Amino acid sequence: MRAVIDLIVGDPQADRAVPHTGITARLTVFVTGVMAFLAVLVLALSMTAGRVADRWADELAQAATLRLPADAGEAAVARALEILRTTPGVATARTLNDAEQQALLDPWLGGDLSLDTLPIPKLIEIVADAPPYDVDGLRARFAAELPAAVLDDHAGWRAPLLKAAARLRLVAGMVTLLIGAALIATIILAAQASLAANLQVIRVLRLVGARDIYIARAFVRRFTLRAGLGAVLGVVFGVVVLQFVPGGDAPGSFLSEIGFQGAGWLWPLVIPLIAAIVAFAATRAAALARLKEQT
Amino acid sequence: MIELENVSYGFGGTPLFSGLSLSLEPGSFHFLTGPSGAGKTTLLRLCYADLQADQGQVRLFDQDSARLGRDAVAMTRRRIGVVHQNCAFLDHLTISENIALPLTVADRAAEAAGNLPELLAWVGLTAQSSQFPPELSGGERQRAALARAVIMSPDVIIADEPTGNVDWEMSQRLMTLLVELNRMGKAVLIATHDLTMIRAMKAEVSARVLRLKDGQLVQAGAEL
Repeated sequence: MRAVIDLIVGDPQADRAVPHTGITARLTVFVTGVMAFLAVLVLALSMTAGRVADRWADELAQAATLRLPADAGEAAVARALEILRTTPGVATARTLNDAEQQALLDPWLGGDLSLDTLPIPKLIEIVADAPPYDVDGLRARFAAELPAAVLDDHAGWRAPLLKAAARLRLVAGMVTLLIGAALIATIILAAQASLAANLQVIRVLRLVGARDIYIARAFVRRFTLRAGLGAVLGVVFGVVVLQFVPGGDAPGSFLSEIGFQGAGWLWPLVIPLIAAIVAFAATRAAALARLKEQT
Repeated sequence: MIELENVSYGFGGTPLFSGLSLSLEPGSFHFLTGPSGAGKTTLLRLCYADLQADQGQVRLFDQDSARLGRDAVAMTRRRIGVVHQNCAFLDHLTISENIALPLTVADRAAEAAGNLPELLAWVGLTAQSSQFPPELSGGERQRAALARAVIMSPDVIIADEPTGNVDWEMSQRLMTLLVELNRMGKAVLIATHDLTMIRAMKAEVSARVLRLKDGQLVQAGAEL
């Protein structure tokens, strides 16, 4: 903690030894700000995608459908409902009425179609309890007692969703790493340019007995603070932009959820810290390596 | 304090000098003279570990210069005050801050408050203390460089053509300051091609005059 305070406060005398280089300073703040802004957007999109995919998957996992043939009689439906009611882990089980079935088909077949003209299977919606029912056991029971019934636990829908969410997170992670790598490269280049521009200053400092770490410290402190400042500005801008992303037309749609929630808010807060740490390490390494090349 | 023993140095395979020996004892005063390009500046740079000898040994305060780490070189330079002909300053700092720079880099900036006014008065720069280096004349810059070289109270003063850019009167003044330092027990080594100035100073200080020519360092003779 003391080291962090020392870094922020610095030694005014030592800090003045190296002149401020305007363009390098402004570029470092600007580039770090842009990187932090992009990082905020990528993280927000990644976390939102993951969150939405998780929720959809949860919703799909909670609900299942039992499908009976169109010609199944009332007795078969009643037997299926009876089996479900006596199965541990099933919260509710109910037959979808005609209006609900019509609503399901509307997007595909239009609203003016009469269900009587089609062999529509009878559907029973099953909502799982906690802990949920044993899918394989229930499927085996139906196979024995109502072989025509088909239990669909939506696993076929969930798996691709979860896979897509995992891929999206992976891509977001890679993009974040690339942003970090670009930030490191930029800061090293800026530090090298600053060191080269201050060659005469370094010569004088060495002549009067300055140790490498003393010279490096002036550059390190400056670039760390610049990167931290740029990242703070980038994060603030990123968060503000996220607030103005137009929402979707339906509550719970992907667009209306873009942003951070709960503990996810720690990420934008951590970005300036990470940027400052990256700048500290990159500048220190670059400065000491460069100084070692000089007599 | 500073000893060179059979030292050789060259650039790009061409030897500048070889088998050269020199010893700077406490309180000694040496002039180093010789034609341009003879290697005077190179010899001085060897004396404050700015260069490393190709052969032979340079001992700085009983330590082999070639074996000094980078931090040790920095610590050694705090014991050697260096004045260049084209004295380099940090142009964004005032003359006071430039003179106090050796204390600043040694994390002893607080000591400047006590030493600086006296030092500025000694070199006659009190009025210019808040000016910036580009605003000073050549002589003022040389005196500022001398003040910077001595603020750490070094054991050795090395000056490379300290009077090269100033008129005769200012040369005399600078040399008088160096003689005063020598009387305080500092070893002084001055590289110069100004034989007139050497002759004038020999009356004031017991100095050895060394001549570097054709790669050899010899005691100057009757021409002085």
